[in-house]
Amino acid sequence: MAKPLKCDLCDESATVHLTQIINNQIHKIDLCESCAEEKGITDPNGYSLADLLVKPEAETEELSVSLDAAEECPDCGYPQKEFKKTGRLGCERCYSVFAPLLGPALEGMHKGDSHKGKVPERALERKTFEDRLNELERDLQAAIEDEQYEAAARYRDEILELKKSIETEELA
Amino acid sequence: MLIKSIFGGKSEMTEGAAKKCPVVLMTRIRLARNLSDEPFPGWAKTPQRTHVLETCLPAVASLNQMKRGITAEVEELSELEKQILVERHLISRELSGAPEKAGVVISKDQSVSVMINEEDHLRIQVIKSGYRFKQAWNAVNGVDSALEDELNYAFSSQIGFLTACPTNVGTGMRASAMMHLPALVISNQMEKVVRAVNQLGIAVRGLFGEGSDASGSIFQISNQTTLGESEEEIIKRLSSVLKTIIDQEMNAREKILEKDPNKLFDKIGRAYGILQNSHLLSSGECMNLASLVRFGVDLEMFPETTRNVVDRMFIECQPGHIQYLAGKPIDTNERDAYRSDYLRKQFENVDKPVFSVHADPADEDSPSEDSAEGEKE
Repeated sequence: MAKPLKCDLCDESATVHLTQIINNQIHKIDLCESCAEEKGITDPNGYSLADLLVKPEAETEELSVSLDAAEECPDCGYPQKEFKKTGRLGCERCYSVFAPLLGPALEGMHKGDSHKGKVPERALERKTFEDRLNELERDLQAAIEDEQYEAAARYRDEILELKKSIETEELA
Repeated sequence: MLIKSIFGGKSEMTEGAAKKCPVVLMTRIRLARNLSDEPFPGWAKTPQRTHVLETCLPAVASLNQMKRGITAEVEELSELEKQILVERHLISRELSGAPEKAGVVISKDQSVSVMINEEDHLRIQVIKSGYRFKQAWNAVNGVDSALEDELNYAFSSQIGFLTACPTNVGTGMRASAMMHLPALVISNQMEKVVRAVNQLGIAVRGLFGEGSDASGSIFQISNQTTLGESEEEIIKRLSSVLKTIIDQEMNAREKILEKDPNKLFDKIGRAYGILQNSHLLSSGECMNLASLVRFGVDLEMFPETTRNVVDRMFIECQPGHIQYLAGKPIDTNERDAYRSDYLRKQFENVDKPVFSVHADPADEDSPSEDSAEGEKE
């Protein structure tokens, strides 16, 4: 007889065993009855294995993770343990903050780890403009402080030009 | 006021069956989007939620696609209004239970709805009757691009659109088909089908999504993964699974008719009898009866015009709709009585079913529209 498995979420003995194949990878989850019920697995229509897959991955990663991933997101204050509990994130920055936790989980729940779909052209353009503008303004300030007026004038002209091109872009 | 405009207008859900479409009742695609530099709704504080709502609501409402549509904050809606919107698949249960500062914009024809501050800042949804992924995608893509002109989306070139739950990251797209699969249910094959498609990264749920039961033999079948494939690839993969399921359903229908037609005729005949004569009907029973009559229409036992009657039943027999039609607050028992009255009237003039097998049903079903649109297998 195989020895009884322990629940992946708590220490009770597992009685619910779930196997799913995504992307040719086998994912197995063993749960006790109460955790299974909590996750909705007893209802065959109502569970999403993807949500569950985050947890066991996260748990095996735990040791290395506490070294690589921050305890909470510096932008929105979302705690790492909340992510482990709910599988959800607090803001866009959380994706990079909790990347060491997320990386392996993402591959497990999806068909790959890189985006192949639609790209929001306008948003990206705007972001590039903004980044460039911020950079120029920083350079301008530095040049003024260093009394490099010729360089400062060049930066100022570039900023004006960039702003103009944003405006025409928006009008178009 | 809101309910009146919802009931007054034609909707994809209730009027879509003008065209003959067995098996696939409707197609739906939703995109999850978030604003850059704002915490996701589940973690946002009230002022942040307010800011997102105040930014998104006017941006969505002013879209061309939303001309003369409905714009509402969830807090302004009554419980009944929310329930009716959920029953018509225009908002989710999650949005209807949103704590505060959530909103929805619905297009005049009720085919486009955009939820604000649900799990993500924006949930853009398009519903089309029948099997029409291409049209649904074009429509939802159009709304998304138009919104993107106004709003700054949270996006990473590595992992795509960033969503509150990593299960939606990438395309943020969930494409689903609402399928009517009575023969697979009657012949106890659904469990096998669910297991098979799950292994392909495709999810099967009941009519009202996660956790809902499959009354009326209606199933929502959707992609589970959102990252690593383009939208077109996901839809193509889902479509090929759907086509297989349609084939399975058609085979199961043939087999039932071949092996035990009386068992089926008995079920359909009884359903007709109950709908014409019952005096108490629960919504669950009603769904199952509608399902059998729809099966009968597919088999040409009832005239094609009956299809529209049953497709409306799937929506209009839900508790919120019955409550509204009754015009005053009524309890469950009264609702069951009201529902049966309503259906007796609907079925008064529906002719008796013809108990003989007509043409081979398998010939009638093919997702012809999509092939006409040039979608490749």
